[in-house]
Amino acid sequence: MTATAPRFPAARPALSGLRNRVMRLAELATTPLLPADYLDMVSPLRAGADLRGRIVAVHRETRDAATLVIRPGADWQRHVPGQWVRIGIDVDGVRMWRAYSLTSHLDRPDGCIAITVKAIPGGKVSNHLVHRTQPGTLVHLDQATGEFVLPSQAPAKVLFVTAGSGITPVIGILRNHGELADVVVVHSAPTADDVVFGTDLRELAAAGRIRLVEQHTDTAGMLDAAAIAELVPDLAERATWACGPVGMLEALEEHWSAAGIADRLFTERFRPTVLVAGEGGTVTFTENGTSIEADGATPILDAAEDAGVLMPSGCRMGICYGCVLPLREGAVRDLRNGEVTTAAPGDGVLIQTCVSAAAGACAIDH
Amino acid sequence: MTALQKKDVNPIAHLTPEDIELIGKELDEIRQGVVDSRGEADARYIRRVIDVHRKIELGSRAVLLASGFAPAWIVGTIGLSVAKILENMEIGHNILHGQWDWMRDPKIHSTTWEWDMASPAEQWKHSHNELHHTYTNVIGKDNDLGYGIMRVDEDQPWQPFHLGQPLWSFVNACFFEYGIAAYDLELGAVIAKKQTGDPEFRARAKAVLRKIGRQVRKDYVVHPLLSGPNFLSTLAANFTANIVRNLWSNSVILCGHFPEGVETFEKKSIDGETRGEWYLRQMLGSANISGSKAMHIMTGNLSHQIEHHLFPDLPSNRYAEIAPKIRDLFDRYGLNYHTAPLPQQVGSAWHKIIRLSLPNGWLELTNGRNLLPQLAVLYKMTTGGPKVRRTLQRKLTAGVRLTRAAAAA
Repeated sequence: MTATAPRFPAARPALSGLRNRVMRLAELATTPLLPADYLDMVSPLRAGADLRGRIVAVHRETRDAATLVIRPGADWQRHVPGQWVRIGIDVDGVRMWRAYSLTSHLDRPDGCIAITVKAIPGGKVSNHLVHRTQPGTLVHLDQATGEFVLPSQAPAKVLFVTAGSGITPVIGILRNHGELADVVVVHSAPTADDVVFGTDLRELAAAGRIRLVEQHTDTAGMLDAAAIAELVPDLAERATWACGPVGMLEALEEHWSAAGIADRLFTERFRPTVLVAGEGGTVTFTENGTSIEADGATPILDAAEDAGVLMPSGCRMGICYGCVLPLREGAVRDLRNGEVTTAAPGDGVLIQTCVSAAAGACAIDH
Repeated sequence: MTALQKKDVNPIAHLTPEDIELIGKELDEIRQGVVDSRGEADARYIRRVIDVHRKIELGSRAVLLASGFAPAWIVGTIGLSVAKILENMEIGHNILHGQWDWMRDPKIHSTTWEWDMASPAEQWKHSHNELHHTYTNVIGKDNDLGYGIMRVDEDQPWQPFHLGQPLWSFVNACFFEYGIAAYDLELGAVIAKKQTGDPEFRARAKAVLRKIGRQVRKDYVVHPLLSGPNFLSTLAANFTANIVRNLWSNSVILCGHFPEGVETFEKKSIDGETRGEWYLRQMLGSANISGSKAMHIMTGNLSHQIEHHLFPDLPSNRYAEIAPKIRDLFDRYGLNYHTAPLPQQVGSAWHKIIRLSLPNGWLELTNGRNLLPQLAVLYKMTTGGPKVRRTLQRKLTAGVRLTRAAAAA
């Protein structure tokens, strides 16, 4: 399934009544700072703090992918395998937020979690995480979220279709769902060495837990939906989860639709496709007071950040809703599909600033 | 001082419009160089300053729990004064300028920061960032010129009440944070226009009072109570630290725009001002303080007032690095890069405050020999009507002209 319903980062767990009262009392002595500002100096991972994590290890997976083991703060809630987490890290001094799939065992004895990151060419955050991050670094976290998960009643027969880093949520699922009896994994990567978790997958296949189909696209080319159907003859009987580039997912959706089994396919998109560019306009942030000129091809989030506005942000691909803000009035265009959303004062329409561009003048409550 | 446009010798007469635009271009390039190289080292710098401030403050407050013991009082008061100065200058002032917004850290951001100061950050940002930094040293536009309570220009007619100017300037310096709060509220103008009932003003005044309440409660109730039997000595220590911080920040700010030789500008001179002309106004309307690295940090790098006014939103730790380039630019275009050590700049600013508290020319003409007749003139001007003042002022002005001509001859 594609995550389409607006979701907000999970609310911070409420402080216990007593702790709350003590903190408020302490604030009388620390104002204008908060007691938390001082506590953060010694204990940034304590219960009640903003959710953070400390990187404890970085394991190289391939030449351009690495797994980061993170000790999360005390308020971390257990995730569901297949979900992703938003992580905020300072790259060249600038706080950047991105979403990555969790790949760890739920019951690690050390209580740590792990994300696996593939460095994409030109990707600021992914390259920093894979190549330059040192153990000991403090990162900022949100609670895990995402709907690319197995239902509570696991299906008898499962197919995973993945490409590139699309394998990461699937590894998270495979590692934690030993009960899956009949699993086929069709995975594409440029070469055998580029397969993230190649060793793990091959071991699982050797142990008979999964049937693995590796497609090395540098030599064997891309797999289309028809080829997958040929490789997996009982495809219609399987519940399928697919994660990878948009082109691949669209081809699969088309094929599954045509076969009348669209309800058996669940997809997760990693990047938006930009189809339409609007005409742009002046974007005004009502609370902040800033006005910027944004063109019709630039997400409002990027334009605002370039102008120095502190924006909530998350995946930057239209899936995490960490960047949602109320559009007070005006029009914006969804860069993924060209759909125009308009709002009149009082409507309070929520828009995702990371995939919306100005389509005329608009005012945003922020 | 007299507005630059009215001076006999205009210090920018030798610059062509093309020169001014070239200056602007060079400055844009210097700015871009810093913007392009902002990064991890800068982020580390501001985080370290914040960390040091918090440790000094915590340490000093802890020592002051035993403030009844004289050495503890002295160490704690010095520490707290230093902490409060760091917090206001290098940290608060600069974060509220948006110098660190590029880090996108919501905890170190101009829209979320609040400081240890009577004036709420929101109101100060308006009067300081928007008004003072835009209209720097423009008479009638930049209220920082005398904060609406002082005579700062020879062209402002002298009135007898100006004699009190040195005294109330000193009182203002001691309680500077409250002066700033009243100034940000535009309290004087609001009272003069009888607009105190205005709901918008009332909301802002309420915010100020709430802020002051929290600050006062912290320094004069909560921490003294925590000291138990040392209640009064801790209260005295906190009061002293606030006064020290106020005097220090007032001195630094006086040095920025008040020393003799810093230019002011006429209101109409900024009509249709270009980017280059705006830069030039900042160059001529600011003065630097020379000194050690520690001094620069304690002034919040406002010792690099010229660099700060050219680029208010560049990280303060980078001003020292661009200062030589800026100075070179001044030299090449034959402009006066106004810089001097702190005591000299503070002395110069106070000399001006005293000079302008007296009728034009009075201080210049007065010496040991003519003190008594001069005092008689001052007495007559103070007690006499406007006509007496005009007549005697004409005599003073003529006297100054004669003396200067004699000195020149």
